Amino acid sequence: MGTLLTVEDVTVRFGGLVAVDHASFTVADGTITGLIGPNGAGKTTLFAVVSGFLAPQRGRIVFAGADVTREPVHVRARLGIARTFQIVQPFVGLSVRENIAVGAYLRHRDRAEALAEADRVARRVGLDRLLHLPASALTVAGRKRLELARALATRPRLLLLDEVLAGLNPSEIRDVLPVIRAIRDDGVTILMVEHVMQAVMSLCQHVHVLAQGRLIAQGTPTEIARDPRVVEAYLGQGAAQRLVSGASGHG
Amino acid sequence: MSGASAYGSVLALAAGLGVLPVATESNVLLNFLVFMLIVSVAATGWNLLGGYGGQFSFGHAAFFGTGAYGMAILQERAGLNAWAALPIAIALGAAVGAFIGALAFRARLRGSYFALVTLAFAEVLRILANVLPITGGAAGILIRLRVDPWHFQFADQRVLYWVALGFLAGALLLVRAIERARFGAWLVAVRENEDAARALGVDALAVKIAAITLSAAITAAAGCLYAQKFLYLDAAIAYGPWISVEALLAPVIGGAGTVFGPVLGAVVLLGLGELTKAWIGDLTGGAVPGVDLVLFGVLLILCVAFAPRGIIGLLFRLRVWARWARS
Repeated sequence: MGTLLTVEDVTVRFGGLVAVDHASFTVADGTITGLIGPNGAGKTTLFAVVSGFLAPQRGRIVFAGADVTREPVHVRARLGIARTFQIVQPFVGLSVRENIAVGAYLRHRDRAEALAEADRVARRVGLDRLLHLPASALTVAGRKRLELARALATRPRLLLLDEVLAGLNPSEIRDVLPVIRAIRDDGVTILMVEHVMQAVMSLCQHVHVLAQGRLIAQGTPTEIARDPRVVEAYLGQGAAQRLVSGASGHG
Repeated sequence: MSGASAYGSVLALAAGLGVLPVATESNVLLNFLVFMLIVSVAATGWNLLGGYGGQFSFGHAAFFGTGAYGMAILQERAGLNAWAALPIAIALGAAVGAFIGALAFRARLRGSYFALVTLAFAEVLRILANVLPITGGAAGILIRLRVDPWHFQFADQRVLYWVALGFLAGALLLVRAIERARFGAWLVAVRENEDAARALGVDALAVKIAAITLSAAITAAAGCLYAQKFLYLDAAIAYGPWISVEALLAPVIGGAGTVFGPVLGAVVLLGLGELTKAWIGDLTGGAVPGVDLVLFGVLLILCVAFAPRGIIGLLFRLRVWARWARS
């Protein structure tokens, strides 16, 4: 299994604030890799750097063996990097089908082919009954699926999912998990930012933990869940210690 | 909508408008209709950039005037035949569009900033045309009267009407084709949400520059028609704000981002303008200059308040309501 994406020593500063601090990690081809961390850790910033919306002050992004650090967003999309937005960005004036077709046009010049591809992708993510609705009529769960569908329609090799499960209720999450797994099984590598730990545990082969802009831990989901540094990042300094002593105290 | 009906509706409109002159010999009416067609073509150009691309230009006079002056100067100063001058004048208008687009869009201007920059370019061109010798300065430029189809001048007003109608039909077919092509989908995506479009592989800058270039070419063609109809231009006519305003108001009132919106808007705008002028004239016993502009202002306010997607959007909404009321 090769490496599809390499993030190398990336630093992003907004004025005096260091949002991402010398972050380096890799994503292996064909996996679902998680990127987790407390609020404000820099996860979305890192996504913006990988997809090309933000230029890092230092470091580079290597995708499929090529340095894409200087490539603009649309070129990266053509190379096979697609992303969803944490705050959904539908084309509200268009129908669900037209929304997805915009993505499909990247690989299909012909209108009939692009629309047919949009229909196929809609079926994959479970939007096929809503194709003719205006995007503005979709529920939150529907809009999240639409984000996913549009990104998929570009036929990406790497799919960046920015909290696609946020705002969904447990039964909606249960419905989406197999969809994401099926996308991976079709050969699309996935890097996901996610707060829903149940989803991270069940989907990801590998997890990177970001806190205050730094990568503090990595490993399989089970390793990560036991890592005291991770627990402290989420719950505060000394929390791991207290948890352990609390547990032994009660035991 | 299937392919055949998408283009068929444009051809049906053209055929319908085409038989109008058969019913009338009135030169006053024909003059008005030709003028309406010219404004419709200019507005169709604006609609491509403003309606589909969401980039509101306040300065389409820059393209209209370049087409018109190009036509006049190429004939009078360079001695070109009118039909040979036509594609060059259109290309000049397109070049001005590409230039303004490349500057404004590369600088990431949007919304009112883009509108102001286009307005400024049109004004600069107006002032230049008013002083440069090549445009005839403040005295303007006359195209020699040579009534001959070879020189794009017609004894029968109806022929000019049909030629102008041909221009409009061509422009509408082009817009319809764009609407159904990948470029059109990308253009609308840029209007709706530029960041989302870029994430899906759309080169937003290239799309916007292509749109303003085509838009400028169409509006320049309207300017060419204007030059051949009136055979006289000065800076206030060719680069004046009046055409920027009408090219913008017609689609906004008719329905921006729809193929027929600009035509419907031009009919309503100019039709009501003429009626008001005549009516107020009768009422007060003399012409009141600018009364049609007051009406345009009122129409714009009504549109923005009650029909944000123009008359076509309003009709569409009424149809949805009617269906809902019946069920």
